[in-house]
Amino acid sequence: MAAGNFEKYKSDGSLAGNALEWVDARFPATSMWKGHLSEYYAPKNFNFWYFFGSLALLVLVIQIVTGIFLVMHYKPDAALNANGVPIAFASVEYIMRDVSGGWLIRYMHSTGASAFFIVVYMHMFRGLLYGSYRKPRELTWLFGVGIFLCLMGEAFFGYLLPWGQMSYWGAQVIVNLFSAIPVIGGDLSLIIRGDFVVGDATLNRFFSFHVIAFPLVLIGLVAAHVLALHETGSNNPDGVEIKANKDENGIPRDGIPFHPYYTVKDIVGVVVFLMVFSAVMFWAPEGGGYFLETPNFYPADPLKTPPHIAPVWYFTPFYSILRAVTYPLFGLDAKFWGVVAMGASVVIFAFLPWLDRSPVKSIRYRGPIYKTLLTIFVICFFVLGYLGTLSPSPMGELVSQVCSVFYFGFFLAMPWWSRMDKFKPVPDRVTFK
Amino acid sequence: MKKFLIALLFAPILAFANTSTVHIDKWPGSVSDKAALQNGAKLFVNYCMNCHGASYMRYKNLLDLGLTEQQVKENLMFTSDKIGELMRVAARSDEQKQWFGAAPPDLTIIARARGEAGNAGAGADWLYTYLRSFYRDANRPTGWNNTVFENVGMPHILYGLQGQQVMNHETHKLELAVPGSMAPAEFDKSVSDLVGFMVWMGEPQQEYRRTLGWFVLAFLAVLFVVAYALKKEYWKDIH
Repeated sequence: MAAGNFEKYKSDGSLAGNALEWVDARFPATSMWKGHLSEYYAPKNFNFWYFFGSLALLVLVIQIVTGIFLVMHYKPDAALNANGVPIAFASVEYIMRDVSGGWLIRYMHSTGASAFFIVVYMHMFRGLLYGSYRKPRELTWLFGVGIFLCLMGEAFFGYLLPWGQMSYWGAQVIVNLFSAIPVIGGDLSLIIRGDFVVGDATLNRFFSFHVIAFPLVLIGLVAAHVLALHETGSNNPDGVEIKANKDENGIPRDGIPFHPYYTVKDIVGVVVFLMVFSAVMFWAPEGGGYFLETPNFYPADPLKTPPHIAPVWYFTPFYSILRAVTYPLFGLDAKFWGVVAMGASVVIFAFLPWLDRSPVKSIRYRGPIYKTLLTIFVICFFVLGYLGTLSPSPMGELVSQVCSVFYFGFFLAMPWWSRMDKFKPVPDRVTFK
Repeated sequence: MKKFLIALLFAPILAFANTSTVHIDKWPGSVSDKAALQNGAKLFVNYCMNCHGASYMRYKNLLDLGLTEQQVKENLMFTSDKIGELMRVAARSDEQKQWFGAAPPDLTIIARARGEAGNAGAGADWLYTYLRSFYRDANRPTGWNNTVFENVGMPHILYGLQGQQVMNHETHKLELAVPGSMAPAEFDKSVSDLVGFMVWMGEPQQEYRRTLGWFVLAFLAVLFVVAYALKKEYWKDIH
């Protein structure tokens, strides 16, 4: 529902009323409030999976606010201090020990990074369950894929900043991947690093990307994502278009105003999320060595390569796909094709709206083919993720190759298998389940 | 089908079951034992800090162990006279590199760094085992070797307390050849205290963090009841 179709506020003569009328004559305050909240009609049958959109927004705010305070004390400097420790690394420990409440802010930020990916993966999975990417919401989905890509960049740049061993060598490995691109690869990786090895120049530009460039783009994409969603209206677990059935006032019969109904409901989701988030943050901030990798408690040492360089858990499914490619092709080495496969495994989500040819949106009315293939896809995703945390091994290579083939097969064969299923009739109105 | 899917999920876990060669003893201590931490602090500044720094840590943090400023200044401060100073080491790292082949690492967060993926607390176990696993080895420049950290550059700094162990090449076990000033059980307790201090030093506010967690969770539990009641009230006419 486009904002701007609402009438401007007419004052009732009170001071507050006069003030609002004054603002409304100059800024679309009332129409934005109505268009996006109090008269934005959302389907009334949202379930558990619909919490993760607002939670992603919450985590974004947590990351930005904690990030602002971290930047006040953090120093992006790879030079060694008087004790022979890189200043960047020492400044993180300074935040943990000497800054009042610094440990809490830092753990919120580090736990928030992992929480962001958990929430976003759940949010994306919701899209797969109920066909949220289907017409007319293709642009909402594309902006979402953009957010996911941006988030991966943001996480990657941020991970270098503590300047620990895993920060350093993880960045080294990932930036080196670009050198596998023919002709321009060498220069490209040089431009990214700003030096021949990961060093102070790299740290400073990654800091700049992490705190300015990527957050700006991220916020812009989030705004576009929400605007596009509010233009088409939300999908729901039945995959029924609620706008197809409106009452005499033009209000969808199955729609309820987002505010207050979904604001009060999302508050419950927020509280439950914060309970889980706090439990991790206060009682297991290392996330069992997966949220904060233990080798990162050693300062970066360019002369000492760790025996096993593992990316943080949220990158491992894609990292496994990279490692699974071991065959050279067309005269280009396997590493290049691994990079291509890894990139494709992320970008392929963008094509979902056009790959899926099923006549129904929601899994509720799809048949056994989709349910089985989606289950195997999720298992493959977890297995790839697990393998990505381990050192390479022949067995791991084989399993990750099988999973990678299935991963791509799921998407590439979708135009055929998504049509073949046994479908159930879709109801006219939404249902509560 | 379901069984097949479950089998598929667990296949890699079985295939990559971890096999560790050296036995690691579990650290028996706890970071809430203040007396043990004080003893650990004493051992740390007297033995470890001859070579290793704890350069992210300030002496004044030692007050949290239940010590007075006077006690810290008289018993634990050998490298500085200001309580707000960092716990630096006097020896220069480039010289140490010549002596030992590698500069001794800073120990402030060593217990955290030695953790493992899936077991962040493993660092304490490793340190507890490592510090008790030195043995005489004439082939090493320092005369010492270690079963947990093979060919380590560090000599057995606590040998006066533990005594000298030798490797029995038939049983592949360590045996005490020359007793030290402490009985084995007493030595184990001291190492446990020392490790406890290093675990505590890795994150001095960790006990406070865990306690605070309970208050935050209790607050959120109350908030949940209110939020849920509010949702129920608003939604009662939505069918």
